[in-house]
Amino acid sequence: MTTNALPALPHPMDVQHHTPWHEYFGFSLDHKVIGIQYLVTGFFFYLVGGALAGMIRIELVTPLSDFMARETYNQVLTLHGTIMIFLWIVPVVNGAFGNYLVPFYVGARDMAFPRLNAVAFWMLPPAGFLLMSSYFIGGAAQSGWTAYPPLSITTPAVGQIIWIISVLLLGGSSIFGAVNFIATILKLRQPGLELFQLPMFCWAMLGTSVLVVLATPVLAGALILLSMDIVAGTGFFNPALGGNAVVYQHLFWFYSHPAVYIMVLPAFGLVSEILPIHARKPLFGYRSMIYSILGIVFLGLIVWAHHMFTSGTPPWMRLFFTIATAIIAVPTGIKFFNWLATLWQGKLALNSALLFCCGFIFNFVFGGITGVALAQVPFDVHVHDTYFVVAHFHYIVFGGTVFVIFAAIYHWFPKISGRLLNEHLGRFHCLLSFLGFNICFFPQHWLGLNGMPRRVAEYDPQFQLINQISSVGALLLAVSTLPFLINVLWSLWRGAPAGDNPWRACTAEWLTSSPPPVENWLHEAPLVTEPYDYGSPEDAMSVTTVRGRELWSAGR
Amino acid sequence: MTTLTQRPTAALSDPQQGDQPQASAHPHHSDARLFGLAIFLVADGMTFAGFFAAYLTYRAVNPLPVDAEYELELLLPAMNTLLLLASSLTFHRGSKALMANSMAACRGWLLLTAALGVAFMAGQMWEYFHLPFGLTDNLFASTFYALTGFHGLHVTLGAIMILIVWWQAGAEGYFTPENHFGFAAAELYWHFVDGVWVVLFALLYLL
Repeated sequence: MTTNALPALPHPMDVQHHTPWHEYFGFSLDHKVIGIQYLVTGFFFYLVGGALAGMIRIELVTPLSDFMARETYNQVLTLHGTIMIFLWIVPVVNGAFGNYLVPFYVGARDMAFPRLNAVAFWMLPPAGFLLMSSYFIGGAAQSGWTAYPPLSITTPAVGQIIWIISVLLLGGSSIFGAVNFIATILKLRQPGLELFQLPMFCWAMLGTSVLVVLATPVLAGALILLSMDIVAGTGFFNPALGGNAVVYQHLFWFYSHPAVYIMVLPAFGLVSEILPIHARKPLFGYRSMIYSILGIVFLGLIVWAHHMFTSGTPPWMRLFFTIATAIIAVPTGIKFFNWLATLWQGKLALNSALLFCCGFIFNFVFGGITGVALAQVPFDVHVHDTYFVVAHFHYIVFGGTVFVIFAAIYHWFPKISGRLLNEHLGRFHCLLSFLGFNICFFPQHWLGLNGMPRRVAEYDPQFQLINQISSVGALLLAVSTLPFLINVLWSLWRGAPAGDNPWRACTAEWLTSSPPPVENWLHEAPLVTEPYDYGSPEDAMSVTTVRGRELWSAGR
Repeated sequence: MTTLTQRPTAALSDPQQGDQPQASAHPHHSDARLFGLAIFLVADGMTFAGFFAAYLTYRAVNPLPVDAEYELELLLPAMNTLLLLASSLTFHRGSKALMANSMAACRGWLLLTAALGVAFMAGQMWEYFHLPFGLTDNLFASTFYALTGFHGLHVTLGAIMILIVWWQAGAEGYFTPENHFGFAAAELYWHFVDGVWVVLFALLYLL
């Protein structure tokens, strides 16, 4: 660019430092604005999905369907699953944190395709409101978030078609986002920044985006065929017309098993960013972390049929998918041992971000263990479609990913807003979430083992007490959102100024002002080749002599 | 550094710059847009792969009723295949003409490519109207129309893209040998659509 062809350069002080408020409500091309748009929109849908979960838990307080009609219950559970997965977890761990952080980490001033990025975000609100509106125009879909035929063909068509349209929109948004992440990470890196110097979150987003590009279109294809079955009277998945319902299940799970990794891999990346900073130690096993991400991406594509062990799968298929699923525990286990090794002898600050990460490690390991158990055919056949499965995946996506989302909010809120969150309220939020979550979902393992089916509004009276305990946990979870909301709103208004780098972190997003200027840095982008260059051997704490009180106060 | 501090307003408000914020700041970055399109085409290809997998599974495990067995005519689809392959060639010749900066020849090749695409669609329509089965007759019929229809949608969109590129190429200096993203994107897409057809033809008509 030749500068003499342009009008006089503005003085550096005239450069736009702050984003005007109306940018956040419009078609902004700034990756940070889009990231916050994803985060706030996602959190709105989290509240909606949470209210729906509350209705489910109220219904299940008594064995009879006395709170709402059975058809309404089916609609509520379908909307709950779809909203939580496609409008809260996927957009927030990918869209929100991916968009906010990846350009910083590769040393770029924006994503590779800012306009595509904005388009991808703006597909989200219409899809979400379309989905919710279906409840008021003829009733929402009733076939669960899996939309298995023939159930999805025989339930009322309007709600199911609206569900398909909104999921197609959300899938398209997800693919556009993934194209953007891959191009940004591979093509927009700062000169001199090698792939193996990138922060782990970039690798997680790269792996996730590969999964999105390879798997999401297959779901889109399946949903197009399903909509033809519903609207045009074809029989792709309708056995009555010579079709094959199991083909839908294969296509669906070819996306939806990788979707689990689309939901947890970015969370793994976020944990890998948060732990070293608050433990003041380099991330343990950087290379093995990367290889285990790549291993999970590859294996994640070839384990889908473990969701279908009761769908008449032939023995060779059962054998293959059982073994492949068991193997995927190895790269996952490597990551967990690496995190524990990162914490080991670290100078820990037991603040909200780190506590939420520890909650994640505890919950996810438990969910991972029940996952390996579920991959074993004899056990899976016993608990298939029971509350054991419900408990398992809530340990993965709620106890896992949602805990990380909160950890990430506590960690990056000072950067996003320029103000610190209140640590007392944050730790209280973490305690309530951890207790509420485990009280709500741990008993559901027992319910499942004893045969309580999922997705049914009524149940055998012998399960009532355990269901009531679970509902109390859900209430606690709902209450736990209050200290969080109060904390965020109060801190935005009156929080202590955070300064540029309150955690003394090394990665590039902290090497600028809080909140960052419009193009991330006022001057040249810093070249960060050692993202985890923390601490020295003398900084390590002796775990045998340090007192708990010192760990606790280190978070202030 | 001066260019960097100056860029905030330029990159975020100028529509020509918006998709390429790095291009002006770091000239050594190659154009990421074709790379992005290639990734999107991988995704698009996976949709077809899903359809093909469903079709092959149906062939393997869902036998058709005896009266629904039908041998497809091969002559017309084979000619259609030749038309599409030829159109890939003509687009390539157009690209060579663009590189040689002879825009008149380039536009001629583009128009010929679009005409071949339209001829393919006409042949496809003729086949549709003369087939003895309809969309909902049986599983093979449904799969046949879904696959060819989804591909035909891609051909139609591609032909429209080529005509837009042809129209743009009429403006003096719109595409140059160094700078012709729209042209290159349409070409990549068109080769992709042709490649998918070859697989589709082999699976649906020959297998």
